[in-house]
Amino acid sequence: MKSAVIVFPASNCDRDAAVALERISGSKPHMVWHGDSDLPEVDLIVLPGGFSYGDYLRCGAMASQSPIMKEVIKKAKAGTPTLGICNGFQVLTECGLLPGVLMRNAGLHFVCKTVPLSVENTDTVFTSKYGQGEVIDVPIAHHDGNYFADADTLDRVEGEGQVAFRYANDNPNGSARDIAGIVNAKSNVLGLMPHPERVIDQQLGGTDGAPLFAALTEALS
Amino acid sequence: MNSNTDAVIAEHGLSRDEYDTIVRSLNREPNLTELGIFSVMWSEHCSYKSSRLHLKKLPTEGPCVIQGPGENAGVIDIGDGQAAIFKMESHNHPSYIEPYQGAATGVGGIMRDVFTMGARPVALLNALRFGAADHPKTRHLVGGVVAGIGGYGNCMGVPTVGGEVNFDKSYNGNILVNAMCVGLADTDNIFYSAAKGVGNPVVYVGSKTGRDGIHGATMASAEFDDDSDEKRPTVQVGDPFTEKLLLEACLELMAEDVIIAIQDMGAAGLTSSAVEMASKGETGLELDLDQVPQREENMTAYEMMLSESQERMLMVLKPGHEDIGRHIFEKWGLDFAIIGITTDTSHLTLRHKGEEVADIPLGPLADFAPLYDRPHVATPKAEYISPDDVPAPNDLGEALLKLLGGSELSSRRWVYEQYDYTVMADTVQRPGGDAAVVRVHGTTKALAVCTDVTPRYCQADPFEGGKQAVAETWRNLTAVGADPLAYTDCLNFGSPERPEIMGQFIGCIDGMAEASGALGYPVVSGNVSFYNETNGIGVKPTPAIGGVGVLPDVSQMATIAFKAEDEVIFLVGETRGHLGQSLFLRDIAGREEGAPPPVNLATEKRNGDFVRGLIRSGKITAVHDCSDGGLATALADMAMASGIGATIDLPDDLPAHAFLFGEDQARYVVTMSAADADTLEAGDLPVLRLGTTGGSCLTFDGVAEVMVEALRSAHEGFFEGLMHDQL
Repeated sequence: MKSAVIVFPASNCDRDAAVALERISGSKPHMVWHGDSDLPEVDLIVLPGGFSYGDYLRCGAMASQSPIMKEVIKKAKAGTPTLGICNGFQVLTECGLLPGVLMRNAGLHFVCKTVPLSVENTDTVFTSKYGQGEVIDVPIAHHDGNYFADADTLDRVEGEGQVAFRYANDNPNGSARDIAGIVNAKSNVLGLMPHPERVIDQQLGGTDGAPLFAALTEALS
Repeated sequence: MNSNTDAVIAEHGLSRDEYDTIVRSLNREPNLTELGIFSVMWSEHCSYKSSRLHLKKLPTEGPCVIQGPGENAGVIDIGDGQAAIFKMESHNHPSYIEPYQGAATGVGGIMRDVFTMGARPVALLNALRFGAADHPKTRHLVGGVVAGIGGYGNCMGVPTVGGEVNFDKSYNGNILVNAMCVGLADTDNIFYSAAKGVGNPVVYVGSKTGRDGIHGATMASAEFDDDSDEKRPTVQVGDPFTEKLLLEACLELMAEDVIIAIQDMGAAGLTSSAVEMASKGETGLELDLDQVPQREENMTAYEMMLSESQERMLMVLKPGHEDIGRHIFEKWGLDFAIIGITTDTSHLTLRHKGEEVADIPLGPLADFAPLYDRPHVATPKAEYISPDDVPAPNDLGEALLKLLGGSELSSRRWVYEQYDYTVMADTVQRPGGDAAVVRVHGTTKALAVCTDVTPRYCQADPFEGGKQAVAETWRNLTAVGADPLAYTDCLNFGSPERPEIMGQFIGCIDGMAEASGALGYPVVSGNVSFYNETNGIGVKPTPAIGGVGVLPDVSQMATIAFKAEDEVIFLVGETRGHLGQSLFLRDIAGREEGAPPPVNLATEKRNGDFVRGLIRSGKITAVHDCSDGGLATALADMAMASGIGATIDLPDDLPAHAFLFGEDQARYVVTMSAADADTLEAGDLPVLRLGTTGGSCLTFDGVAEVMVEALRSAHEGFFEGLMHDQL
C-alpha cells in the first residue's frame, strides 16, 4: 500500500500516523508538504491530527484552503481512500468532503482520554476488520470534536450507513447522535475524532486501532 | 549624558549602590537604554544575586552529565549516542496576574530552552501550587492555569505526562506554576549558546518584537502588593502555533552544519540572549536594531531590548550560510533577519536610526553583577511527635476516605484530561502512576520523569525537606523500574531580603546537596524564583524537583495497579509510624506541627536498589512508593487502579493509625505471585508481608473495611466539587 500523509503547519500527529502506517503496511508513507501542488501516486491519503494554522479562524478552515487540498479533493472525489483523523476530520468537513461541522466540545474543555467506540459500519475499506457493533477503546484528544449537522443531514447520514463509529458510553464532547466518525456516501472518505494511530501496540495501552490500518493494507496492497 | 533620578532607578528595581556600580562599570552615567539593560541583567531573576553563592553547593557532575547548569538546559547521556535535555522553570508571577497566558508562556519558554539545544521535546510536566481550595481566587486560577498549559502544550504536540497539583493557604496570594520539559537529541548534535568567532552574522528568527512583557524579569523579582493586578501589561502573550513552526524550523536548520550558537529569547528577551551569548563566547556583539522585525511602530531601542515577546531565537551562523537558514525559515513562514555581527570588542553596542544608542562593556556587566551573602537565620528545629501522642480516629476507614477525597490526594483527572498525554504515541505510563514513562522513539529504552516536593516538610525543617524532595523523585523513578540519572530544580521561595526566608533557602539547598551526593543523582539545570510573597507573607518553601531516569528495557516497566487476585503484598522499608507533618495529622487531627519524617539516605539507596532489582528480575507484579498519606493511601491507589481489593494484617507494635498513615520514608509496596513470594530473599532488609490481594474491599484486618468503589468515588470528588460549573 502506497500512502501519503499531508503535513500542514502545526500538524502534530503526522509522525504518529506515519509510524502506524509503516508498522502495519510495511511501507513508509510519503510526507507531503501542504504547500505542494502535486500528490504522488498513492492508494491512501491521510490528513493527520494537530492544530493546523493554530486552529485560528476555525479548526481546519485554513488548512482546507492549502494548495495541496485541490489535489486531495480531486483524488478523494475520484475514489482514492482518504482518512482524516482529529484535525484531519475537521479539514474534511471544512472542505466539504464530509457533511457537518465540528464545534467546540460541549464541556468547553480540551478532553484527553480513552473512550469506547462502537463500530457501526464494517462495510468500508477502513472498518472491514472490525465486527459489526464491536466496541473498541481508542483515545481522543481534542477541543473541538462536537459533531453537528442539521436534522435532515443527520437522518440522511444515518439512513445511508455513513456513521462509521459512535461513542459507546458517555458522549465526551456533545456530538449529535454520539457520532465519532463518518464516511462519505461512497465510503472512501473517513473522518473520525479518535486517534486509532495511538493504539497500535500493547505498550501504548491497546491495539484497537491496528485493525483499521490492517484493513486498509489488505484492501489496497 | 542624562543623569537618572532616584525615581527612575527605583522603577528599574535597582538599589542606589547597584546604580553606582553601573556608573563605575561605564565610567559615566548610563543612558536609559543602558540602564534598562543593566536592570534586567542584574535583576534577581537573571543574575541569581541572592542565590548564586549557595547554589554552588549542589553536586552537578556525574558519569552521565554532558552539560550541567549554566546553559539553556541540562544534558545527560542516556546511552547509544543519545541525550536527554531538560529543565524546569517558574512562571509564578505572570500566572497569578493572568493565569491562562502566564501558564501558557511558561510552557512555551521551557520548551524553547530545550529545543534551542537541538532536542525534540518529548514530555512536559507541571508542578502547580494554588491557594486554599475555598479561597475566592483559587477556582479561577486553577481553571486558567490548566487551560493555559493545555492550550500551549497540546498545540505543540508534546505530551503533558505528569506533575503535581497542591493546595495550601500559603499560596493564596502567590501561586506557583513550574513547567518542565524533557527532550531527546543525539549527543553529537547538541547546540550551545557561546557566540564564538569574530565577524559572524547574528540572526534573529521567529516572531516579531512587540511591546509585550517589558520588564517581565523585573516584575518577577519583586513581591506583590494589593495592586498586583495592575501589572497585567507585563505579562506576555503566547502563540503556540508560531512556536510549533519555530521548533520545526530550528530542528530542520540544526540538521545542517551552519549554527555556531543559538539561544532563545526568554526572560529579558534580546538583552539577555545577546549578553549571554557574547559573554560565553568571549566576543562582542554589534546589533542594528533597525533590522529587528517589529510588530509595532516607533518602538524605541529601550523597548526592543526589554520586550519579552515570545517565540523568538537569536543565532550566530557560520558566515556565508545565511541563505540556508533564510530558506528554511521562510518555508515555515517565520521572520529571519540578520541584525548584527560578532566583534572582538567585548562590548555590546547597539545602533538605532543611525545612532549609537548603547555601548556596554560585557566584562563589567558580568563581573560587577551584584552577589549577595544575604543575612539568614536557620529555621528552629521542630519537635518530634510520637505516634502515641496522636489520638486514633474514631473510624480508620472514614479517615482514609477523607484523605483520598481531600485536596492533596484526590484524583487529578480533571486536570490531566485537559492535557494531551498520548500524542507522539510513545507514552507508556500515563498520569496517575509514580512517574510517567515515555519511550525513546524507535528504541526499547524509555525515559521516566516526575516532579516532587513536600512543602510542609520543607517549612518545618528545610534541611530534611530538601533531602526528602530529591529522595522522593529518586524513589518515584525507581518505582517504575528506572535508573534515576539526574534532576532539574525550581526553587520557589519568599523574599530573600528576609533572613528567615534565606535560612529556609539555604537549609533546603544543603538538604538537596546531601541527598544528591548520597544518591549519585546530580542536578543539571534549574531556576530560582524568589519574592513569592504578598504583603510580607511568603509561600511555603517549595524546591520542586524534576527527576529523569532511564529504563533500559521498557518491557520491564512497573506500574501501581494490582494485577491479580491472591497475590502477596509486601512492604519494603521500615515503618515507625511517623505522624509529624503528615497529611493525617493535618487533615484528620487538624494539627500542622512536628518534625517531618527524616530521610536516611543510605536506607533510601539500599531499599530502592533492592526494589529496582526485583522489578528487573520480573518477579514483582506491581510497585508503589509510600508518600503523602502513608501506607493506607498507597494501598488504596493500587486497589483503585485495578479494581482489586486486598486484606492487610496489622502489626501489634504500633497503633493502627500510625502504621497506616505514618509517612516514614524509603518505603515501597510490592506484589508478587504466591510462588515467587515464597522464594523472596531480602537478606537483612526490612520486608514485611502485609497480606494478599483480592475481593472488592480494602480490608485492614479487624479495624476497617472499605469498598474499592467507595474509595474511587471519594477520590474523584474533590475536583468535581471545586470546579463545578467552571467555564
